[in-house]
Amino acid sequence: MTNAKAFAALADPTRREVFERLSRGPRAVGDLANDMPVSRPAVSQHLKVLKEAGLVTDRPDGARRVYQIDPRGLGQIRAWLDQFWDVALDAFKAEVERQATQDAQDTQDEGDKP
Amino acid sequence: MSQTIKPAPIVKSFTVPATPEKAFAVFTDGHGRWWPKSHSVGDSPLKQAVIEPRAGGRWYGLLEDGTEASWGDVLAWEPPGRLVLAWRLNGQFTYDPDLLTEVEVRFTAEGQGVTRVDFEHRHLERLGDGEAALQLRAGMNTGWGLILDNYVAAVGG
Repeated sequence: MTNAKAFAALADPTRREVFERLSRGPRAVGDLANDMPVSRPAVSQHLKVLKEAGLVTDRPDGARRVYQIDPRGLGQIRAWLDQFWDVALDAFKAEVERQATQDAQDTQDEGDKP
Repeated sequence: MSQTIKPAPIVKSFTVPATPEKAFAVFTDGHGRWWPKSHSVGDSPLKQAVIEPRAGGRWYGLLEDGTEASWGDVLAWEPPGRLVLAWRLNGQFTYDPDLLTEVEVRFTAEGQGVTRVDFEHRHLERLGDGEAALQLRAGMNTGWGLILDNYVAAVGG
């Protein structure tokens, strides 16, 4: 349930704020903490949760760690749509199969007539 | 500097036991017979999904209360081989006439009475782009969160 995890991670308003700031471009932890009313350890903790939820990734940049939005994580809408289409297209396929079965049945009934 | 995030298109292929003509007809004329009732927007339950059979035709949901909820329109109507629909529901599941994502469905004969269906929903980055995070956030508190809950419940998650 990656989706549920991601949505749960974003349920916290401060965490959403962090995520939103990263959506404007990659940032280092200290840099993020500087213009937010929370401590640096708190920002680190939020980033950790966002990372575990697959919403952000990090990479070393000298002595710093730079965080950025994980495109796959931001693809939560995409993931949801993917499931949406699976359900819809399965239903379409089932309807074609239902009609094919019915057509075959009708043809057979036709042949059974004396 | 703004960051552009491009999700890959949603791509699906499968076969159905029908001619392309028949498959195209079930997808379009028969849209209301298979489109899941859960796949709708608006205050009233979905009565029937409709694709108007022509380029420029509307793609919408006819709701139980008699109102219509627009989803998009027909960009290409080329029976029996190809159908392209404009999906104009944004990340918050609100109709936006200025938003364009494309749903293309191709029907190709693969043998006697068998058709391969190639499906693609593309330009998904337009659902969000730089605004994606904001939309995701707004959506959390409204439709998306609820729809996701329903989905999770439905699959027993």
